[in-house]
Amino acid sequence: MPDVDRAAEAVARAEYGRLRAFLASEYGDVHDAEDALGEALLAALTSWPDTGIPNEPAAWLLTVARHRLLDRARRRGVRDGHAHAVRTLGAEAPAPAPALDETFPDRRVELLFVCAHPAIDAELHAPLMLQAVLGLTAARIAQAFLVSPAAMGQRLVRAKKRIREAGIAFQVPSAGELPARLGSVLEAIYGAYGLGHDAPAGLDAPGTDLTDEALWLARVVRDRMPEQPEVRGLLALMLFCDARRDARHSPDGRYVPLSEQDPATWSAPKIDEAEAELAEAARAGRIGRFQLEAAIQSAHVEGARSGDTDWGAIALFYDHLVRLAPTIGARVAQAAAVAEAAAPERGLALLDALDESAVGTYQPYWAVRAHLLRLLERGPEASVAYGRAIGLTEDPAVRRFLLDRQNEAPAPVEIGMPRTPSG
Amino acid sequence: MKYVMLIYETPEDFEARDAAGGEPYVAAWRAYYRALVDAGVFVGGGGPLAGPDAATTVQVKANRRHVQDGPFAVAKDQLGGFMILELASHDDALAWAARCPAAATGAVEVRPMNVALHRTIVEADA
Repeated sequence: MPDVDRAAEAVARAEYGRLRAFLASEYGDVHDAEDALGEALLAALTSWPDTGIPNEPAAWLLTVARHRLLDRARRRGVRDGHAHAVRTLGAEAPAPAPALDETFPDRRVELLFVCAHPAIDAELHAPLMLQAVLGLTAARIAQAFLVSPAAMGQRLVRAKKRIREAGIAFQVPSAGELPARLGSVLEAIYGAYGLGHDAPAGLDAPGTDLTDEALWLARVVRDRMPEQPEVRGLLALMLFCDARRDARHSPDGRYVPLSEQDPATWSAPKIDEAEAELAEAARAGRIGRFQLEAAIQSAHVEGARSGDTDWGAIALFYDHLVRLAPTIGARVAQAAAVAEAAAPERGLALLDALDESAVGTYQPYWAVRAHLLRLLERGPEASVAYGRAIGLTEDPAVRRFLLDRQNEAPAPVEIGMPRTPSG
Repeated sequence: MKYVMLIYETPEDFEARDAAGGEPYVAAWRAYYRALVDAGVFVGGGGPLAGPDAATTVQVKANRRHVQDGPFAVAKDQLGGFMILELASHDDALAWAARCPAAATGAVEVRPMNVALHRTIVEADA
């Protein structure tokens, strides 16, 4: 019995995304495809103990799931008069054991394009991908995106309904549409990594606990579209960040900023893979946002290893990046880089130029601002900025790090001066 | 000295508050509220909360977020205070809850206020 469970599970894990993507694209309905596949898995668990594990378990599941979809379409056809789906499905009635390669093409990338379609709310692109392609539960996705599990479940159901009602085509967009549509897919994968559009590029970012899933999705797209340099750029960027993840905390749980990390604690294989992807991307000769961000990471790695970071080059990369993608994260990180490359005043001027409403609750802005004010020996202002950053921090280790910095940030001019009763 | 009154209600009372048959309970609340105001001891309050089924609990443990539907219920941790925030959405409320220092060690429970019920109690008094 456990053997059967294991076999069903193994198939589910290895083939789940492909099965689901294929069924959804064949039927045009992500929700029904999920349900049918779930029913097929249940059928496997009840019948395989008697019949034995079939030679082609994935094909077996596909056949059962198709039958369920056909039943469902018939019922819906009777109820709603939607005969079309029945005809479509009936025309390719499932064979008992279809040859996998012919009947079961990999449509996962098509499904990713559906999930990141402009008709779907951009905030749901990443959650949809994680559920539709990887089979993550709404509750698990809700944790990472800090949303109520019930609300996430409802949003996903609504988004899937929208896919069906809007009749979004399960296909790779045409050449003209591709750059923008692929951008949405990559942005969503980046969001799943926990580094959404407002993440502090180049600064040390925590990531969600879905980093492996995001890397996996990026590899699925890379394998299918190896000629797209931005896909490789994104993969390289995430690998660079991932390589340093464990170095963010010391063994006793303290936060260690990038500038104080020991490169020996980084994952060399991940960095090597990132460098290889970035080099391959560069061969296409088409620069893009993710390649630039990966190049910045590469410069940081090189600098930490050699002990001599080329801040001029990094500032230049940011200059390009901000022109391509003027996100708040990129602009804050640019200010930090310019402060290092030129002078803290120059970095501070860039921060001052940002729209106040965009930075009010943006923690990296206040952390960088506090750091620059501290370098400029503007102690009281630095302390206020540290306070804002601390209040906006989620990671307790970062909070403690910032509190320590705030405590050691007295301005020299204040030393020996009497304290005013009400600052 | 100021005191905060934290009100724990039974499931039956929660149901009674919004139901038509709940009038005696809600009427008792109006009277109680009135007595507090008349005694000059009423400083301010958030009004009645929505029921526990509207609660979401956020914790950040070992850098991982845990979000659960429902109220926080662990005997060891005690309610330490409350804040009322004006925010655009429930998602925003969870974002602020995650940033609360208590979320890293204890838990922060987020509940929408029952504005309609608050109005029926307060306006009856006006």
